[in-house]
Amino acid sequence: MTKLKNKKRNLEENEDEQLPIFDKDGGEDAHLDDGDEDQGDLSDSEESVFSGLEESGSESDDEEEEDEEDGSEEKSSDIEEDKTADGDGDDQLSAKEVIKPQTDGQNSKEKKKKKKAAGKEGGEESVASVRDSGLQISSQVDEYEHDTSDEEDIRNTVGNIPMEWYKDYPHIGYDLEGKKIFKPIRNKDELDEFLDKMENPDYWRTVQDKMTGADIRLSDEQVDLVHRLQQGKFGDVNFNEYEPAIDFFSNEVMIHPVTNRPQDKRSFIPSLIEKEKVGKLVHAIKMGWIKPRRPKETTPQYYDLWAKEDPNSILGRHKMHVPAPKMKLPGHEESYNPPPEYLLSEEERLAWEQQDPEYRKLSFLPQKFACLRAVPAYSRFIHERFERCLDLYLCPRQRKMRVNVNPEDLIPKLPKPKDLQPFPTTQSLVYRGHSSLVRSISVSPSGQWLVSGSDDCTVRFWEVSTARCLKTVEVGGAVKGVAWNPNPSICLVAVSYDDTVVLLNPGLGDRLVCTATDQLISSYEEPEEVMDQSVQWAVAEGEGHEQGHRLILKHPKTVRQVTWHGKGDYLACVMPDNGSSLQVVIHQVSKRRTQNPFRKNKGLVQCVSFHPIRPYFFVATQRYVRVYNLIKQELTKKLMANCKWISSMAIHPGGDNVICGSYDCRLAWFDLDLSTKPYKVLRHHKKALRSVAYHRHYPLFASGSDDGSVIVCHGMVYNDLLQNPLIVPVKVLKGHTITHDLGVLDVTFHPTQPWVFSSGADGTVRLFT
Amino acid sequence: MGGLQKKKYESGSATNYVSRNKARKKLSLSLADFRRLCILKGIYPHEPKHKKKVNKGSTAPRTFYLLKDIRFLLHEPVVGKFREYKIFVRKLRKAYGKAEWSGVKRMKENKPVYKLDHIIKERYPTFIDALRDVDDALSMCFLFSTFARTGKCHVQTIQLCRRLGVEWMNYIIDLRSLRKVFLSIKGIYYQAEVLGQTITWIVPYQFAHDHPTDVDYRVMATFTELYTTLLGFVNFRLYQTLNLVYPPKLDGQGEFNLKSTCEEDYALESESYSEKLSALSASLARTVPLVEDEEAEPDHFPAEGVSERQKCQKTLKKLFEGLKFFLNREVPRESLAFLIRCFGGQVSWDKSLCIGSTYDETDEMITHHIVDRPTINKQYINRYYIQPQWVYDCVNAKILLPVEEYFLGVTLPPHLSPFVEESEGDYVPPEKLKLLALQRGEKPREEEDDQIQFCLPQRLSVKVTPGKVKQENRMRTEQEEKAEEKRLAIMMMKKKEKYLYDKIMFGKKRNVREVSLLRNRCHFTIVCAFFCKFKNTIE
Repeated sequence: MTKLKNKKRNLEENEDEQLPIFDKDGGEDAHLDDGDEDQGDLSDSEESVFSGLEESGSESDDEEEEDEEDGSEEKSSDIEEDKTADGDGDDQLSAKEVIKPQTDGQNSKEKKKKKKAAGKEGGEESVASVRDSGLQISSQVDEYEHDTSDEEDIRNTVGNIPMEWYKDYPHIGYDLEGKKIFKPIRNKDELDEFLDKMENPDYWRTVQDKMTGADIRLSDEQVDLVHRLQQGKFGDVNFNEYEPAIDFFSNEVMIHPVTNRPQDKRSFIPSLIEKEKVGKLVHAIKMGWIKPRRPKETTPQYYDLWAKEDPNSILGRHKMHVPAPKMKLPGHEESYNPPPEYLLSEEERLAWEQQDPEYRKLSFLPQKFACLRAVPAYSRFIHERFERCLDLYLCPRQRKMRVNVNPEDLIPKLPKPKDLQPFPTTQSLVYRGHSSLVRSISVSPSGQWLVSGSDDCTVRFWEVSTARCLKTVEVGGAVKGVAWNPNPSICLVAVSYDDTVVLLNPGLGDRLVCTATDQLISSYEEPEEVMDQSVQWAVAEGEGHEQGHRLILKHPKTVRQVTWHGKGDYLACVMPDNGSSLQVVIHQVSKRRTQNPFRKNKGLVQCVSFHPIRPYFFVATQRYVRVYNLIKQELTKKLMANCKWISSMAIHPGGDNVICGSYDCRLAWFDLDLSTKPYKVLRHHKKALRSVAYHRHYPLFASGSDDGSVIVCHGMVYNDLLQNPLIVPVKVLKGHTITHDLGVLDVTFHPTQPWVFSSGADGTVRLFT
Repeated sequence: MGGLQKKKYESGSATNYVSRNKARKKLSLSLADFRRLCILKGIYPHEPKHKKKVNKGSTAPRTFYLLKDIRFLLHEPVVGKFREYKIFVRKLRKAYGKAEWSGVKRMKENKPVYKLDHIIKERYPTFIDALRDVDDALSMCFLFSTFARTGKCHVQTIQLCRRLGVEWMNYIIDLRSLRKVFLSIKGIYYQAEVLGQTITWIVPYQFAHDHPTDVDYRVMATFTELYTTLLGFVNFRLYQTLNLVYPPKLDGQGEFNLKSTCEEDYALESESYSEKLSALSASLARTVPLVEDEEAEPDHFPAEGVSERQKCQKTLKKLFEGLKFFLNREVPRESLAFLIRCFGGQVSWDKSLCIGSTYDETDEMITHHIVDRPTINKQYINRYYIQPQWVYDCVNAKILLPVEEYFLGVTLPPHLSPFVEESEGDYVPPEKLKLLALQRGEKPREEEDDQIQFCLPQRLSVKVTPGKVKQENRMRTEQEEKAEEKRLAIMMMKKKEKYLYDKIMFGKKRNVREVSLLRNRCHFTIVCAFFCKFKNTIE
C-alpha cells in the first residue's frame, strides 16, 4: 500500500514538474502539501491516528462487520463500487486542479486510469488486509478517501437526518445508485442481548452505527481516544499542549519578513478612491464648506470686567431687583462647644426628632465636643447648600415691610377713665330674694324703686337704697319682662308673662300718685263702638286687685318684651313669631286700644323701642334695626347691624344714637345721622351680649353679657354734628356668678345717679355705684 | 351698545404674569435648560397679588414669572448656545453610533462653549453689587473644592473652585480684613469686611462627603459655573486694587524660602506652585513694590466715632503680630494658617504635613504651639502649648485671651458665636459677660465663682421683714389701675391692630419664656458645678 501511495505521489510530483505554467500560489500550495505529506510519511502510523480516524475506523469496521455478518458478495461489490466512486471523486478533485492549467486532456486521462486502477487495487487490498492487520491500512486508506466531513459515509445518501425516520422501514437509506440499503437483519431480543452481553467479550466496545444500523466494534485506539476525550484531554496523544510559545510578532525587528507574500500591485499605483475623497475635500474647501481650524481665543479667562463702570448700565431692572436675603448667621447653639444651657434635654431632643423637619426651630441638634479634633463632618452640608440654591432660583421674592411697631403704639390713646368720672366702679348692693333667673329689671322714674321679674313666677319690688324687698307679687308664669311707666305722675308697671301683660300698681311711693293712677284706670269709659281687637283687655278684680293688678291684657301669643313710650300712655309688646305679621302690638292704656302697626312680617322681631322725643319706632329683627315713622306710617331707616343675631337695643336719650347688642359678642353703635352702618363695633365681651342700656343723663352706656360682666363705657355724644361720638370703656364690673352658662341678663341705669343695676342668672340683682 | 365686549383675563394682572410652562414654551427650551437660564440670569418667580386672577380663575398651584422677565430672557445669547449644544450632542451621538472616530474628534474640538462674562456684567453693573452677592459664591466654591476628584462633577471645576478659594484667602490675608470666625458643627464660618461689605462664608470640615442622592447636582453645577465666573472677576478686581499680581504669585522672598524646602517632592512644577499658594504661608508678589510706611494714609480727620473704630480695627489687624505659631499635625492646618496670617502672625508646620512650612518645630522663637491632643511627649519650655480654640476665641474677642483656659487636657470654655448681638431682654450667656468685662479691661476676678458660692447659702436664708402695707397698697393699686386702663384701651383696638398686637405680644412672651429657660438651665449648671466642687473640697 505504501508503495502504491508513493507511486501516486510521484505521479503528482511528476505532474508538477510537467506543468510549470502553474501560478505561484498553486505551486506553493502544492509544495506545502508535499511538505505535509512528507512529514506524514515520516510519522505516518502514529500521527494520523486521530486525523481521519473516525471515518476510517468506521469504514474499516463496516467492512469487517459486513464481512462477518453478511458475507454477501453484494456488499463487497458495493464497497468496491464505492471505492471506485471515491476514485471518481478524487478524479474530480484532480480535475479541478487540471482545469486551471488547461493542459491537454491526455495527461489527465492517463492519470485517471491509473488512479482508477489504484483505487480498485486499493479496495481489494483493503478488503483483504482488514482481516489480517486492521487499523494501519484502513487509516491509510481513509486518509485519501474522505477529506471533508460532508463526504463521510458516502454510501448512504440520506444525508444528515435523524435516523429514526427510517425506523419503520426495512431499509435505512439509498446508495449512490438509488438502491435501497437494507437494514442488517437484527432479530436480537432481550435474551439474545443478554447472552451477547455475557458471552461476547467485546460487547462493551461495540456500538451501533445509526447510519448503517451495523454494530461496530471499537478498536483499542478508538477506545483510548474515547477515554482521553472523556478526561478532557486532547485527542492526539502526541500533541504537546505546553509547547514553548514563540513570539511571532514581537518587539524585535526580524530580518526576515513574516510572510513571503509579494506586495500587491495596488500598493504601487495611486488609489482612485482616495483621489475621489481628496477631490471632494478640495471642493468643499473651495466652496467654503470646510473652514480652517479656528484659532484659540486669546482673551484671558478673567479680566477687569468693571473697568468702565457705566452709570447707564444700571437699568430699571436693577432697581426693581430684589436681592436675595443673606443666609442666617449662626447662633451660640450651632457652636461645636456651646454653653451647656443651649444643649437640648432628653425630652426636647425626643420632641425634636418627632417633629416634622419643616417645623423644627433648629435644623440641627446642638452638640458639644470636647475638642476640635472630635468634630465630625456635618452630614447635611450639601443638602443645606442645595436648599439655598433652590431658594435662590425657585422662591418668589417680595419686598415685605417688616412691621417694626412698638406694640404700645398700637393701643389707641384714650382719655383716662379717671377723667371721665362719674361712672359706677364698685358693687355696692346685692338684692337677694329671687330663686331663679331674673330676666328683667326696671327702675321707677323717681329712682327710688326697682322692680324685677324672675323665672320663679314672681315680681319683686325693691327699695333701691336699702335693697329691701318691699313687695312680692306672684303671677301665673315666668316673668319675661317688666317695665316701669316712665311718666312720673303715673305709678304703673307692665309685667309680661306667658301670653299676658299685667299692668300693676305697686302702690309704692307717693300715695297721691298711686290713687291718681287708680282713678285714671277706673275712669275709663267704654266707647260706643266695640272694636274687634286681637288683645283682650280686662280689669283685675278680687285678689288680683288686692295685689295691685289693674289691667290684664290677654295676647294671642307669648309676650317677650314690654316697653313704654316716654309719655307713659303707649305700651309696645313683642310677640316673636316668624310666621305671622302680628309680632308687635302697641297698646294705648288710656283708651284701652290695641293696634297692630305692621301688616307684613319682616323677620323675627327681637325687641322694639320708642324714640324718646320724636314719633319714631325702632324694631330690631334678627339682623336689622328698622326705624318707622309712626305718623307718616313709613319706614325711614334700616340699620345694618353687621351681626348674626341682635339680642337687645337701646336708644340714646338724644335720639340720634342707637346701640345694639348681639349674641355674637358685639356691640354696635349707630349714629343715625352718619350712616346706616355701625359707627363703631366693640368686641369687648367674651360671650353673647344679653342687654344694653343708656343712661338718661350721663354719657354712659352699659352692656351685660353671658360672661358675667357688665362693661360700662363712656359714650359722649356731642352737639356739634361734625364731631363723632367718643366711646371709651371705663369699667368692667364683675359680680354675677355664671349659672347654666348664663351671666348677666339685664342691665338698667338709675334714672338720676350714675349707678347701674344688673340682674343675673344667679337670681340676684346688683347695684354698682 | 357701545364697543366690544370686554373679555376676562385679557388685561390687567393676568397679562403681566406668565406661568412657568408657558414661559418655557415661549423660549422653546427644555425644562432643564430653562432652569439653567433662570439660574444664570437670576430670574426668579413672582407671587402675584391676586393669584386667582392671574391663574385665570383656577386655584391650581403654579409658579408665575413676570412676562417682562421672560421677554428679557428672549434675547439672551446663551439661549442660542444652549440650542447649539443640544445639536452638538445629537451629532456626537450619531457619530459615535456610526463609529466615525475622526468625526467625533473633530466635533469634540469644535464643541460649543459659552461665556458668562456678559451675564455677570449685566447682573452686577457695579463692582459693589457683585461684591455684595459673593457670599453664596464663596460658600459654594469652598464646598466644591472639597469634593473628591471623581464622580459628581468635572475635575476642572473642582480645580478652578480650589484655585479661586485660595486666591480669595490670599487676598483676605493680604488685606487683613477678616473680622470674625466661628467653629460650628456644620463647618467654619468666616466673616470679612471687604470695601465696606460684610461677607460671610462657610467652609466645611476636611472630610470626604457622603453624597446625598436627593440632591440635583446639575443645579449645583450650574450655580457653580456662575459663581466661579463671578468670583474670578471679583478676585481679579480685588487683586488689582491691592496692586497684586493676578493670577497670584508668591513674592521673591517667599518663593525663595519655599523653594529651598521641598522642591523635589512634587512631580509637576505647576502643581507644586498652586500647592505652595494654597499653603498660605508666604505673601504675594505685587505689581508696585510696597512702600514700607503705613502712616501715608489719607489725611486724618478727627471724627470721634470713626477714629475709635479705626483704631480698634488697626489693633485687630495686628493681633498676632510678633507671635510665632507652630501647628501640630492634627489641627486644621488651612483654617489656622489662614487665621494667623490674617492677623499678622507667623505660622509653620511639620515639613511632612504640607508644603510651605517656613520653620521647624525646634525653632526657639516659637511662642505658641497649637496641639489638639490631651498630652504631648516632647515639650519645649519657652512656648505655650494650647488648643486651637484659643486662636478662634482671640479673633472673636479682638484681644489676646489668657492662655490658661486653653492648655492641653483642660476642659475648654464654651465657644460662642461672634455673630450674635444681644439686644435688650435677650439671654446673654455668662461667658459672654465675662468676655465683655475682659474687653473693657477689667481683670477677671477669680473670686467670682466663690462669690456665687457664698451667695447661694445667703439666698437660701430668706428673711421676712415687716413691710409698710399702706405704701405697697398704693403702689399696687396704681399699678392695677394702669393695667386696667391698658386692658380697657386694648378693648377699643381695631380688629386688624388687635391681631397684630396679639401676634407681637405672643412673640414677646415666647422670647421671654425661652430666655428664662436658658437662664434657669445656666443657673442649674452653675449650681451643679458648685456642688461638685464643694463635694471635692470636702473630700
